[in-house]
This record gives sequence, structure tokens and C-alpha cells, in this order.
Amino acid sequence: MTEPLLSVENLQTHFRTPDGVNRAVDGVSFHVNAGETVAIVGESGCGKSVTSMSILRLIPEPPGKIAGAIKFEGRDLLKLSDKEMRKIRGNSISMIFQEPMTSLNPVLTVGRQIGETLRLHQGMSAADAEKKAIEMLELVGIPEPARRVREYPHQLSGGMRQRVMIAIALACNPKLLIADEPTTALDVTIQAQILDLMRDLKRRVGAAIVLITHDLGVVAEVAERVVVMYAGRKVEEAPVRELFASPRHPYTRGLLGSVPKLGSSLTGHTERLAEIPGLVPSLKNKIQGCVFAGRCSEATDLCRAVAPALEMKGANHMAACHYSVKESVAA
Amino acid sequence: MSSAPVVLEVSDLKKHFPIRGGLLGTPVGHVYAVDGVSFSIRRGETLSLVGESGCGKSTVGKSVLRLFPLTSGQVVLDGKRIDDMPASSLRMLRRKIQVVFQDPFSSLNPRMRVRDVIAEPIINFGLAKDRADLDRRVAHALDTVRLPTDAAGRWPHEFSGGQRQRIGIARALAAEPDIIVCDEAVSALDVSVKAQIVNLMQDLQKELGLAMLFISHDLAIVEHMTHRVAVMYLGKIVEVADKRSLFGAPRHPYTEALLSAVPVPDPTAKRDRIVLQGDVPSPIRPPSGCRFHTRCPYVMDRCRKEEPVLTPDATGHLAACHLHDLPASQNPLNKAGPTAFRAA
Repeated sequence: MTEPLLSVENLQTHFRTPDGVNRAVDGVSFHVNAGETVAIVGESGCGKSVTSMSILRLIPEPPGKIAGAIKFEGRDLLKLSDKEMRKIRGNSISMIFQEPMTSLNPVLTVGRQIGETLRLHQGMSAADAEKKAIEMLELVGIPEPARRVREYPHQLSGGMRQRVMIAIALACNPKLLIADEPTTALDVTIQAQILDLMRDLKRRVGAAIVLITHDLGVVAEVAERVVVMYAGRKVEEAPVRELFASPRHPYTRGLLGSVPKLGSSLTGHTERLAEIPGLVPSLKNKIQGCVFAGRCSEATDLCRAVAPALEMKGANHMAACHYSVKESVAA
Repeated sequence: MSSAPVVLEVSDLKKHFPIRGGLLGTPVGHVYAVDGVSFSIRRGETLSLVGESGCGKSTVGKSVLRLFPLTSGQVVLDGKRIDDMPASSLRMLRRKIQVVFQDPFSSLNPRMRVRDVIAEPIINFGLAKDRADLDRRVAHALDTVRLPTDAAGRWPHEFSGGQRQRIGIARALAAEPDIIVCDEAVSALDVSVKAQIVNLMQDLQKELGLAMLFISHDLAIVEHMTHRVAVMYLGKIVEVADKRSLFGAPRHPYTEALLSAVPVPDPTAKRDRIVLQGDVPSPIRPPSGCRFHTRCPYVMDRCRKEEPVLTPDATGHLAACHLHDLPASQNPLNKAGPTAFRAA
């Protein structure tokens, strides 16, 4: 097997706060192969965004503290100097943020912002960078790119701003694109456009994507493999079809049961939504046992005392639960 | 359901916001936020208003709550016209129409204990006979939304988003309303908590026989919650129908595209997605004719000139689209069928 493009090993991102250490990410491992789309799913506070920020070392230290290893093309990003890290950000790893309104600079033209990465990483001249910026705008499907390149973010709609963000992220042909809730702030018809664009660009550009989202619909549409996070831990990982067809962790099952499916009025599935009772536990105290035990209907004394390890429950299917059935792993 | 009394009736509601410019602040144009919207809601019924940002759905909600004066149109609440009612006489009528807002963090006063948040409407509308009755009502409201009684003495910041939304619902219910306007009431909540609140609202509606105007952009939640759906686009309702009829066989191209755009949590689903081109036009200068014609995949010449009106089919499913004047065999909406659920 070839070396994965990115492998995150036992990542721990903790924050020192006045009332204790917040274990936002507590021992998460996963990998991304070249050209693959991996989704990280979970609810607010599960650590999915902190994981993505940790990969690019965008966590301010202190109060944050990142431990573990993040190997990108064989190099541990956590061991690089700030200067070396700057060469990677926006170049071979780039990021799309959720809020296209606040993540663009309002006083610079769109062209300047796309050109910035090109001039910085590829030493292009201002004129070349603008030419390339126009090409990028065209690539992400913005009409009249030659005019738009001189416009400011406020002159663009939300969907177009997100397209500009994608153009910036892709300008230097990154090998890995981290997309943190890229469509959450957008309307459904615009979301459909952006998801279409991301799928299409992935075919053309071939970058691997780490997609951070809470929307299981988006996951089902674009991901190949899914990592489910809960309270700072990875609780399940599987190929997308496998995960939706036979979730092995009670949290994943709860999550899938709690979203109504479009078409429910026709298929007659109008029963109550499955609820996950209770709340996400505070990350400030070290959690004894399984992180989900407090909300799990099947939890036993074993769950409350001993944290279950991630086990292979089937081919490529991993879950951290004492009670989930193991499929006989055939060759 | 159709025999239940009408609680809220809205006819030809318009709300235009002036855009002021120049030194004197004279109006230089208008935002046609809501431009002729009519619907009615019966007791025990949920009507959902769906549409994308800027379609005017929240403005409709605020208009029926009379949070601002209307440009024109009628709003009849429990048989009384409230659109032109002076504020003084409207005050006590406000008890009958309550609201639950989107953001559970900014819609509760952080300096009021939960008890006072819930007691405020009870006191304002003079519902409690004495102090003991007030306490009883507050406890009852908390109990209705499945919060412990000791929550009364705590502050809003001590609660999570889902619990705060329960407090918001308790406050709305404390006034003993006939209808509740839920403006994106579950949109800000996490998936698992959202399910809790959706279930709670459905239970409450059954228990109390409330009417509900449910404003949302989340079509899957709407389909789960609602009885009827009205789809809005650029200040107009383009389609109204029972949910089965609307989700099963949409009769407006915008609804069809909207349904096909929703990502479905099923990786095996194969769907024909209709990706609409471009953005929603500005409500300051809405397009001529049919407002959807700039993005409609089936646009005809007539659509650019002539505005379609809401017309019912044999089952009472209303849609505003010229395609239905074509012979049935040429109507693309007929052959497309329920795009969203082919997989099932």
C-alpha cells in the first residue's frame, strides 16, 4: 500500500482555559489518500473544526496545544518551523472556510486576493497573477471574470464569494483542500451549485478533500470515506455507503435517525424523529469510559467505566463501541 | 382539518421597504420584500413558508405579527382585522399570536431569570389571578416544554441552545396563543437537538391544537412537520399545496428545482438534479413577467411578459406557472415527476 497523502496520528489539541483544560480534540487518528474525499462529521463542539485548523496549525499556541503527529507527504507538520509552514499553507494544503463574507478581505479586490497566493508561492508578477486570477474565476464558473476580478467582495453574492474562496484555495494547485462547512451558509440552490462545482473541480484538479460538515446529506453526496467525531474523539470510520447502510456506533445511528429524509410524506415515514437524549458532555473534565455513555440507550456499567477502543468491525469499518457487532472480516 | 375554524387569514399582503438616499433621505426606490401574498391557517394546522434567503418569508412572519406597519393587504386574526388596528387595541390581541425566534441566544434577555422571561407575557396580558397562580402557570409552561421546575430560578446562560429554545417556546405558550409563528425556530440547533425540538413542537401542537406558521428553509424538516406548504420566491407565493401533493408532484419549476437541490442522506440515491443557474435577482428590481423566468429551465416567451397567477388544479394544488396552460403532454413538469425521491 502506498503512503497516504495525509496521516493524522493521535492528534490532541487542548486549550488552557481559566477553568481547566478543554480537550477539544483528544486522540484522533485518520488518513487521507491522494485524490480522496474524506468527510469529518459531527455536531458543534465535537472537535471537527479544531481538527482541521490543527492540520494547518492555525490554532494559536498558547492557549492551544497541539500534540501527536500530522504527516503530510511524509513530513510531520508539527515539527516544521513557522517559515516552512507558511510555504505549505495556501500552496500544497489550502482551506475553504464556512463564512465567505468574513473570510475575504473587504478592502481588496477579488483579483488581488487570488493573486496574493500566486505571487507569494509562485513568485508571479502582478500582471501574470491577474491573468491567472481571471482564469481561476472562469474555472469556478463566475460570469464575466475579467470584470469581476476588479470587484470587491461586497459586490458579489454569497454564492459567488464562496466561488472566489474556492478559486483562492485552488490557485496554487494544492494536493489537499480542507473545506470547513463550505456550503452551510448558503441557500440550497446555491449549495447545489457549489457541491457540483467541488465535484467537478475534484475530477479536473485531482486534489484530495477533507470536508468538515454536520450535514449528513452533503456527506452522502460528496464523500468517499467518513469519520464520525463525538466529544473530541473519533467514534466511527467507514466508507460512505457502508456507514449509511450499517452504522456501528450508537451515536452514528442516532445521528442518522434524527434527520428527516426528504420524501418522508410519500414513503410514509412520518413517525417521530429519533432523539439523542441529553447533551454533549463538557470537554473540560477527563471523561471516564465511553464518551457517549451518558446519552446512549444501550450503555452499561462497562461503558461507563472503560473507554472502548477503536476496533475493526468489518472491512475498512472501524468503531469505538463495546457492544457493536463485529462482522467476520473476510480477507 | 378543513372544517376547523380559520385562525389567521392573510390576503394580498404587501410590504415594501423604502430605500432612502440623498441629503434629504427621500425614497429613491423600494425593496419589494413581500408583494401580494395570501394564505390562511386553520386551528391545529401547520402551514410552512419555504424559500431561500431574501424571498420574503421572514417579512411575512413579521408582518402578521404586526412588528411593523404593512404597505397594504389584510390580516385577519380570529375574525378581527389587525392590519389597520391602532396599537392600543392591538396590544391585548397580541396574546393570540406569539413567536419563537431563530436564535435562542439573542432572543432571551440575559438579565432576566427564566421565571421572569416566562412570567412577562402572563403579567402583560393579565392572565394570572394572583401570585400563586402566576407561579403555577410558569411551572406549567416549563413542564409543557419538558424542562425541570427548578429551571425557573436559573439564568438563560446556564442553558444549552436546545434548552433555551424550549424556554422560548414556553414563553410563547405562556400567553395561551391560538397561533405560533416559528421563524427558523430549529435552524440554529444541532442535528440531535433539532430532532428533540421538532418532536416537542409536534407533540405540543397535537396536545394544544395550536395553529402554526412555520418559516424555514430546511425542506426535509418542513416535510416532516407540516400539513401544508407555501413556496415563496422573490416576495410572491409560487405554489401552495398539501405536503404530499407538493413534495410528490411539484407544479412549479422553482419548487421542483428546490426539492432536487436538497442533499439527501443516502449515498445510494440516484437523482436527476436540476441545478439552477445564477442567483436570485434583487427584490429592488424584480424581473418582469414571472419573477422566476431568469432562472427557469423551461422559460417561454410568455413568461417574460406576463405574470402568472396562482391557479388551482383539480385537487386544489395551487401554482403560478404558465406551463400548466400548455397541453398536458407538452408540460415538462408532468413528465419530470417527483425528482427528489426516485431512489425510494
